[in-house]
Amino acid sequence: MNATKQEAPGRQEIEELLPWHAAGTLSRRDAQRVEDALARDPELARRYELVRDELGETIHLNETLGAPSARAMEKLFAKIDAEPARRQVSFSLGSRISEFFASLTPRTLALASGAAVLAILVQAGFIAGMMLNETTTGGYQTASAPATAPDAGSFAIIRFAPQASSEEITKFLETNKLSIASGPMAGGLYKVRVAVTGIPKAELARIVKKLQEDKAVGFIATTE
Amino acid sequence: MQTTSDEVLISRIAGGDRLAMQVLYARHHVRVYRFVLRLVRNEATAEDLISEVFLDIWRQAGKFEGRSAASTWMLSIARFKALSALRRKPDEELDDEMAEQIEDHADDPETALAKKDKASALRQCLARLSADHREIIDLVYYHEKSVEEVAEIVGIPEATVKTRMFYARKKLSELLKEQGIDRGWP
Repeated sequence: MNATKQEAPGRQEIEELLPWHAAGTLSRRDAQRVEDALARDPELARRYELVRDELGETIHLNETLGAPSARAMEKLFAKIDAEPARRQVSFSLGSRISEFFASLTPRTLALASGAAVLAILVQAGFIAGMMLNETTTGGYQTASAPATAPDAGSFAIIRFAPQASSEEITKFLETNKLSIASGPMAGGLYKVRVAVTGIPKAELARIVKKLQEDKAVGFIATTE
Repeated sequence: MQTTSDEVLISRIAGGDRLAMQVLYARHHVRVYRFVLRLVRNEATAEDLISEVFLDIWRQAGKFEGRSAASTWMLSIARFKALSALRRKPDEELDDEMAEQIEDHADDPETALAKKDKASALRQCLARLSADHREIIDLVYYHEKSVEEVAEIVGIPEATVKTRMFYARKKLSELLKEQGIDRGWP
């Protein structure tokens, strides 16, 4: 009974995390802290077993609570049917992209955004380097149709894989001669220029399909 | 095979897709019902509330921004509905006798004979916790919610989530001790 009055330093803080550790909902960092503490503190490990018992019995208890009858669903959909009609769902590209944004978890978004920020910084340097090279070599340019006009070319919308490193993203962009035309947009998405000229849709789709296979790519689709 | 995410379903629901609503309901109604039932402790009330919760999801789908997991958002709505119902009908909150009835639903004869087992005693004590303590234990252990998600659902700071969980567990030990089971903690 006096166990809590003679706690090892820091045990209380770790002990408070034990329920989440048992449920597997701690961050990797906190989970490691708990694992380390459990390995060196036998009393904490004993208490962790109590937590695991609680977890198991809470699940057991909840699983015995049954489920609502079909009446609940009937009632719900009767109410829904009585609601004013809404606009119909569109299956346009814009709608699908919106759905894609919605499908990203906050954690994925954060990781994707981080990767995307790195990517744009690297890409900016890459583009600047290319421009400098072009300037020094005096390449041919027209006044009316610069190669980097914002709306010229063929494009895809891309989200980099959350686990992709900045090196992998840079290599992916360089290897495939892609440049970022705009972004980041919501969901860590970027518009990338696949070609500086308009290419047939079928050809663009084929290129994008091939790009999808790269491990640096989380999502890619053609866009206008 | 990849299933359509909850977030995508909700975006479709926002556009009036009834089928998406059916999928979302099928996916979550049991867990939401159990969460509500553990709060209101009345099966008929819980069943009525489920319709209300999912009707709110239908109506508010367009406001869902995906900042938190869809299940966290749905449990927040369910909690609000359950607490509102309890405020309207406080007499519906279950007493100890009804708590035992809930426990008894699952008891087959073999389980009944083993009532004095530690696991069974633990379940009985879980059913006897206060509403605040039941709620946090269920959210953490059954609904697998992180500290941050519990804080969002319950509307309390993360530090309070941890201490409330700690005291819920402490109370559980006390209730077990009253039944003659000393866990040696706290």
